[in-house]
Amino acid sequence: MDLENQARIKKFAEELGAENLVVILGGAEAEAAGLAAETVSAGDPTFAGPLAGVSLGLAVYHVVEDEIKSECDAAVYEEQIGMMEMVLDVDAIKAEVSSIRKQYSKF
Amino acid sequence: MAFPVIKGTAYALIYTPSLLVHMGTTQTVERMSNPNSEYLKQVPNHLRSYEECVNYAPNQVFIGNQRPDLLRTMPMPWWQHPMTNASRDGKYGEIMPEDEFIGMIKIVDSFDLVLLEESFHAEISTKLALHPLMNEGDLKRLGKPTPAAEVAKQINEFHAEPLMLGDRVAGCVKRAHESDVSLTAHIMTENLVAKASGTLAFKNLIAKTGLDVRDVDYILECSEEACGDMNQRGGGNFAKSIGEMVGAVNATGADMRGFCAGPAHTMVAAAALVQAGVYKNVVVVAGGATAKLGMNGRDHVKKDMPLLEDTLGAFAFHIGENDGVNPVIRTDIVGRHVIGSGSAPQAVMQALVLDPLVRAGLTIPEIEMYAAELQNPDVTVPAGAGDVPLANYKMIAALAVMKKMLERNDVATFGDKHGMPGFAPTQGHIPSGVPFLGHARDMMLEGNLKNAMIIGKGSLFLARLTNLFDGVSFVIEANNGKVDSNKGIDKAEVRGMIAEAMREFANSLSK
Repeated sequence: MDLENQARIKKFAEELGAENLVVILGGAEAEAAGLAAETVSAGDPTFAGPLAGVSLGLAVYHVVEDEIKSECDAAVYEEQIGMMEMVLDVDAIKAEVSSIRKQYSKF
Repeated sequence: MAFPVIKGTAYALIYTPSLLVHMGTTQTVERMSNPNSEYLKQVPNHLRSYEECVNYAPNQVFIGNQRPDLLRTMPMPWWQHPMTNASRDGKYGEIMPEDEFIGMIKIVDSFDLVLLEESFHAEISTKLALHPLMNEGDLKRLGKPTPAAEVAKQINEFHAEPLMLGDRVAGCVKRAHESDVSLTAHIMTENLVAKASGTLAFKNLIAKTGLDVRDVDYILECSEEACGDMNQRGGGNFAKSIGEMVGAVNATGADMRGFCAGPAHTMVAAAALVQAGVYKNVVVVAGGATAKLGMNGRDHVKKDMPLLEDTLGAFAFHIGENDGVNPVIRTDIVGRHVIGSGSAPQAVMQALVLDPLVRAGLTIPEIEMYAAELQNPDVTVPAGAGDVPLANYKMIAALAVMKKMLERNDVATFGDKHGMPGFAPTQGHIPSGVPFLGHARDMMLEGNLKNAMIIGKGSLFLARLTNLFDGVSFVIEANNGKVDSNKGIDKAEVRGMIAEAMREFANSLSK
């Protein structure tokens, strides 16, 4: 996850409280989405950014996960995400992000 | 309509491992923040040789010695399968080694900013004299050699940017001003590299297509650099500076920018200028970007593979009036991501692919080939960025399914039929659809391709002025041989139309 985004998420967590924050990812690759999920929960695994060694434990989901999809208006979801659902390896992304969430998310 | 045509295309690659080490931003940022990093120590062990760069199959495709389809038949990673019949010279251009290119940086230097060290100067003068595209004027511009001590002094005391060949100091680029941050040695090196590589592509266009450079009226340059001084940081103009180097004495020009969508924007503008009759012959040209060399180097070192981003890319295209032979640019089928389009991938693809086709009464599968972001997956997959062209084909196919133009089962194979593996260096503007123009033109001239859509996409948010995304697409088509005069309708036709209108009016009165 780029350093700018790490800084923004860290700032939000400080301002709003980590328990009040949910991170929704949109990355196209399971591996990259998993890394982003790990960054905002366990800390930056590359030790390059502001979240290096900072375990925010944030709740983190990918937008294709059922927990998020069920919260959305079906028509809007179809219009915005429907095409990408066909394109992405949704099962791999779900498995990767939910596994990271189960390990590191505290909320 | 008398659509303009693509009269010729040229492509160049320049093997620049030393520029990768010294100018690539992944490396320069690392050197600033962590000069003793393990990554920087590892980089030299992961650089390819020039021969490996030439024998690399995607590079042979880029310069036109092979069609993109060849890559489908080769197991990945492609770097593990060098070609045995590769050549430096290609149908569309060449792959230049770094020493010759440093000579070219000096050749295009108009302000005595580039110094070449004595022994290197002697070597490269001899070598470039043998290059078929270097003329007497070029060789003269190599100027006088500079003693090694003077080069060292410029680097150590006056902030000059070293021009390295491995561990050897071949020369340097001096800063162009003492305090102007837009004219530092680093920025001058970036800009001279863009100019030199663009010049190389233009020279190849002239040599490979027989273009008489005196016929060129206008040059549009579409790289990703900015030249100017502190009072107008992107004032320009690469186009005219490149044109001067190739002897385009009857041309003027300007630069167009749009991140990775720049080339597509520029092709549409060039086509429009020709079709409108403003200019007869326009050349679209772009040089390469040093900043992107070794961009994914960290991941490549981690995966114990060579730093494949060791090549600058460049291209030049000649757009001219309809000759009844060359492929036409269908200026009536242009897609554009407008300000109100929205940035979801679906909205982007709809604006760029579906909308222009629907306006023209076409369906997605009726376009035989799509060329979007042709980034080489050998580079991007190990870096965790996926197979970019493949992702584009899946998105186009999924959009076609949603619009009931394609069966859902055909999504996975859509790219096999309507696309190609990525083969372009990850130089931002370079992969953006246009690397296919040369192949498409030849395939159309051979009768093996009817039409193709070229798609450029750009991430405008990187400049921090807008969060908007951007993109432009256009369709090219085999020439049907009919050349309309495009001089409007003649008098007899007008008289006929007036008579018909009056008859209709009279009939309406008598009812």
